[in-house]
Amino acid sequence: MNAKKVIAKAYLWLVLIVLYAPIAFIVVFSFTEAKSLGNWTGFSTQLYANLFTGSMQNATGLQSAVINTLLIALAASIVATVLGTVAAIGIFHLHGRKKQTMTFLNNIPMINPDIITGVSLFLLFVFLGISQGYLTVILAHITFCTPYVVLNVMPKLRQMNPNIYEAALDLGATPAQALRKVLVPALRPGMISGFILSFTMSLDDFAVTFFTRGTIGLDTLSTYIYADARKGGLTPELKPLMSIIFLIILVVLLVINIRQSKQQNDNLKK
Amino acid sequence: MTEKNDIIISLDHISKSFGDKKVLDDISLSIKRGEFVTFLGPSGCGKTTTLRLIAGFGKPDEGTVTMEGKVINDIPPYQRKLNTVFQRYALFPHLDVYDNVAFGLKLQKVPEAEIEKRVKKVLKLVSMSDYEDRDVESLSGGQQQRVAIARALINQPRVLLLDEPLAALDLKMRKDMQIELKEMHKKLGITFIYVTHDQEEALTLSDTIVVMNEGKIQQIGTPTDIYNEPVNAFVADFIGESNILKGKMLRDRRVAFIKHEFDCVDEGFADNEKVDVVVRPEDIYFTTDPAKCQFTAKVNSCTFKGVHYEMWVDTDTGYELMIQDYDPYEVGTEVMLYIDPDDIQVMKKERLANTYAGKVTGEGKVEFLGAEFACDTAGFAEGDEVTATIRFEKVELLDHEDEADTTGHVVFILYMGNHYHLTVKTECGENIWVDTNDIWDKGDFVGIKILPKDIQLSKPAAGNE
Repeated sequence: MNAKKVIAKAYLWLVLIVLYAPIAFIVVFSFTEAKSLGNWTGFSTQLYANLFTGSMQNATGLQSAVINTLLIALAASIVATVLGTVAAIGIFHLHGRKKQTMTFLNNIPMINPDIITGVSLFLLFVFLGISQGYLTVILAHITFCTPYVVLNVMPKLRQMNPNIYEAALDLGATPAQALRKVLVPALRPGMISGFILSFTMSLDDFAVTFFTRGTIGLDTLSTYIYADARKGGLTPELKPLMSIIFLIILVVLLVINIRQSKQQNDNLKK
Repeated sequence: MTEKNDIIISLDHISKSFGDKKVLDDISLSIKRGEFVTFLGPSGCGKTTTLRLIAGFGKPDEGTVTMEGKVINDIPPYQRKLNTVFQRYALFPHLDVYDNVAFGLKLQKVPEAEIEKRVKKVLKLVSMSDYEDRDVESLSGGQQQRVAIARALINQPRVLLLDEPLAALDLKMRKDMQIELKEMHKKLGITFIYVTHDQEEALTLSDTIVVMNEGKIQQIGTPTDIYNEPVNAFVADFIGESNILKGKMLRDRRVAFIKHEFDCVDEGFADNEKVDVVVRPEDIYFTTDPAKCQFTAKVNSCTFKGVHYEMWVDTDTGYELMIQDYDPYEVGTEVMLYIDPDDIQVMKKERLANTYAGKVTGEGKVEFLGAEFACDTAGFAEGDEVTATIRFEKVELLDHEDEADTTGHVVFILYMGNHYHLTVKTECGENIWVDTNDIWDKGDFVGIKILPKDIQLSKPAAGNE
């Protein structure tokens, strides 16, 4: 019994170590000055200083990559949230076979490997003669983010009392007012989680971006790091940057989880 | 005020289909100002659809909805001067009680001070004064219902529509709310249009009841009219308990059923016309006086129902009747019974047999009900239009589709004292009526078989198409 418990615990720890060791490795080595990865030359915050003061090689390239990444993620997830919400409302009101078909069609892009999405979008843009750059990357990101918004908004529609939209019309709201004052507030939690998911998916994307960014030298963080690593070793200042991104994601996740469990508690109390 | 001004809403020849399903079939009715009207019927009868057409959620395929003399078919719901209390309340979950109730006034840009005054007043009307700041999801069902009513009333509608507003409440709560709704109706003086499947609720609340079934109005009348003088077997069966029996009008004021003859008060039928007879279970009386006795029976079950006892008796002529009485009779007792002439409701038969428009498709073959039947086609040529007549008791129902001519589902069951009268909806959407001694359940899938000798063909009556 005891031995079983020990083994079970050890297994859990092993899994956690495998999962988090690489991240811990980066975080630890962001606090040293060594140029080559894995060398420890004593504790230092010099790399952080370099990162923020810009005294590193190709600082402007990194800066613009970060800005590009954030702008693309923001634009793509805003548009995807709007499109996805509208699509979810539409699909929700379909019936029978049509609804099944549309739900199925919505699910395919999520399972489809990124590389295929990327290459097919690349071919499509070439075929349509759209010059590739910012616009195509944003369009591509909207394409793979929208299904996730649909997926997040759907359950909220199912929970919603189907009559509240009509109740708003009945009380004198025009369809636009009913949408704004009743439908959107009811769907908001789903839209927010869809937005956050889209945002992180966009931040994270490499394959699709790589194929749709064209040849104008547009870099997002992922393509920048990829190019940087191929050029001859990772720029050391990327280690603190990655640590910071990891920290931000961690904080966001914690905040969301705490809010959710608080909401659940509130609901239980009622 | 002229007669015409008295009518606030009228529906003229309204029809509506969803897909190929016809949910409303030529509905016409007028609703008077200040009236409490109830649409009553089983689920799927079209009552909610009718209400939604009045509210503006959907347009009729045919016919017009008129409010205060204006056709409002194309007026969107937000421009109609009526408000709705929805089934399961439909309160806005992200707003508190005050903001839910104030929703309509805020849209109209009414000044804040007046909004506050009116919200307070209407919340007082529904006894929810202390709940202004409460989250609507923290309220009980009954309280949510009150908020929903307040939210609808604050716009001062001329007509209040209520879609099964009490269906989700428990029995005690429902009874209390019924009384409050009735009082509210009296106090406000506006028109209430109410939808329910609960016949008792309809009888309690309404000035006028509209009984609906299968997209058609069956009867419009006051609660007492509907209860005492149902126009057909469906209404008699749906409203309250009843014994529905086959009968024959011997002459004016004399009717035969359960193989006995009775005096009644109905006139104007042809001599020997076949009719349906309704006798309420509380209208069959026990007697010990042989002079009063009209027929005898043997008690075969007796159940206490709170106020009265419900007994089933077998008559000397082999019919089963339900009787309600304050005194119980032991099972097995021979009893003497009589019925007052006043309490016998005679109804014209809706149909005497199944009749269908059909077509001869070949020697010995005829097509109707979306299927082909074998029968004697002597005297008709291929391609002839014919009317096929099949008596109710000649339709055979099977629990499988092998050997069946066509199939269908049992949609309505009526016990006629010694047999069942079933309505079966066939695959093609038309009904076939069947007399049988076998027990079927509503919704059962059945195979339908008709023997060739039981199909009578005749020339279609002139004027039929």
